Amino acid sequence: MILFFVRRLFTLMLTLLAASLVVFIVLELLPGDPAAVILGINAEDDTLAALRAEMGLDRPVHERYLAWVGDLLRGRLGRSYTYDVPVGELIAERLPVSLPLAVMAMGLATLFGIPVGAWAAARRGTVGDTLVMATSQLGVAVPNFWFAILLILLFSVRLGWLPAGGFAGYDEGLLAGLASLLMPAFALALPQAAILARLTRSAVLEALREDYVRTARAKGLERRRALIRHALPNALIPVVTVMGLQFSFLLAGTIIIENVFYLPGIGRLIFQAIAQRDLTTLRDLVVLLAATVVIVNFIVDLLYLWLDPRLRRGRG
Amino acid sequence: MRGVLDRASGGAWHGGLALGSMLTFILVAAALLSFVWTPFPHAAMDIRNKLAPPDMTHWLGTDQFGRDVLSMMLVGARNSILVAVVAVVIGAGIGIPLGSTAAWRGGWVDELIMRMSDFAFAFPALLSAVMITAIFGPGAVNSIIAIGIFNIPVFARLTRGSSLPVLQRDMILAARLAGKGGARISIEHVLPNISAVLIVQATIQFALAILAEAGLSYLGLGTRPPEASWGRMLNEAQTLMVLAPHLAIFPGLAIVLSVLGLNLLGDGLRDMLDPALRHQGRM
Repeated sequence: MILFFVRRLFTLMLTLLAASLVVFIVLELLPGDPAAVILGINAEDDTLAALRAEMGLDRPVHERYLAWVGDLLRGRLGRSYTYDVPVGELIAERLPVSLPLAVMAMGLATLFGIPVGAWAAARRGTVGDTLVMATSQLGVAVPNFWFAILLILLFSVRLGWLPAGGFAGYDEGLLAGLASLLMPAFALALPQAAILARLTRSAVLEALREDYVRTARAKGLERRRALIRHALPNALIPVVTVMGLQFSFLLAGTIIIENVFYLPGIGRLIFQAIAQRDLTTLRDLVVLLAATVVIVNFIVDLLYLWLDPRLRRGRG
Repeated sequence: MRGVLDRASGGAWHGGLALGSMLTFILVAAALLSFVWTPFPHAAMDIRNKLAPPDMTHWLGTDQFGRDVLSMMLVGARNSILVAVVAVVIGAGIGIPLGSTAAWRGGWVDELIMRMSDFAFAFPALLSAVMITAIFGPGAVNSIIAIGIFNIPVFARLTRGSSLPVLQRDMILAARLAGKGGARISIEHVLPNISAVLIVQATIQFALAILAEAGLSYLGLGTRPPEASWGRMLNEAQTLMVLAPHLAIFPGLAIVLSVLGLNLLGDGLRDMLDPALRHQGRM
């Protein structure tokens, strides 16, 4: 168990190191001198040289990489060129948008996906099951930004219930803020819910064929309880892994969805950093995002062990 | 991720294969048709007729420049298919040899290739695609490369996973005794045996590539004007939603029906080719 933990932790570090290296190299390949981008085309040569020195661009590549990683490890983020504020501040401003958005989307996906999938499995072959499967097939095929546009058409343009975009902020209370995240969260959650429903259905069906469920039924446990008490917990093991993977899709999805709704979140910040060639911001954001994904998947792996005692013993 | 989905299909719907083939056929036919005929030239503007709702002349209406929506959508189909096909070919072309090599060499080569593909999976593909297109400039070619790169680990893993059981068979031992090398064995004996799984996966990756292309174009990072693209049409439609909701409906429907068709086709093919496949070779 401890050995497994240490090994996973080691791969985690290695992945993060590789991620930082890839991001650094890729952004290093970017054509154009960042100092020249900031100062514009009319900059004098010595001003340019001074700014390059200030930004550390005159140092060799490996030194710059090490300095950057060293700063990251000490929790020191860079300073954004375009906003001229520390990247950490930019993130702190935007997290209250993106974090609740991601959590709401994940929550909605789980809330709809898992029960619906289990329900369909219990009614395999009925009209209800077929309907769930057809709907989920559709849910996987709908691009989340188009679903978002349809939601805006219905709830903002036609019915006028919800704002078409923008973020109200939390000044008028938590609910007012969260209300402007409701449609974006639904749009993000749709494909994930569809995937979870399909996966839960198949996992439950597989678990229902297992001996322990038959034993439970033979003991006289009714079908419904056998499903909830025995089949579902086991079926949830692969579902949890996929939810970990989905988290990274969700983070990436925020880039598009925050753009659809003009939400001032992390995804939009990344998009703007790209558009404005704001390398320091982009570099820090991408590595932090990759780190979040890797760490979430690490936690999922540990959850996996906790959920499935067989694995715990197997890894010794 | 998709591998998991496929397992879930469970053949709940028998008409799936037929519907999937039909939708895919329509998509391909629309793309081919656009080469020889569109109702109007797709980039031709007619300001006097802008934002016209669907009628007998413009079947799906016109956009803010008076361009014919149906014509743009036909050309958009061509564009979606082009990006998706090349992206899948890149993914399969590099991923399958990598996966085969990992399977027959084993050891550190296997470990290296698999860790690299783990790494590619850990990175949100869309984020990386956005970065790639942002760095090398927006455009169809760069979005093809960006989407293609993330198809590589999918095919590498699938090929490796499905090759391993085949490599255990007696015929492989016989081929080895006959003096054939690993690469030749892979090409002559292993790949023909796993082609069904690969074809099914290609269909599914094709659908995902269409979604990815639409997303990139929506963000303004994909196909550039004057070439028409479904994603960009949706982007332009969003600001005009109050005036002309039809602009936001049709391109989205086209994406959904194409992706749905390809997914149904993939699931249906899997069930048809070999029901046992459903429990094999998932990622």
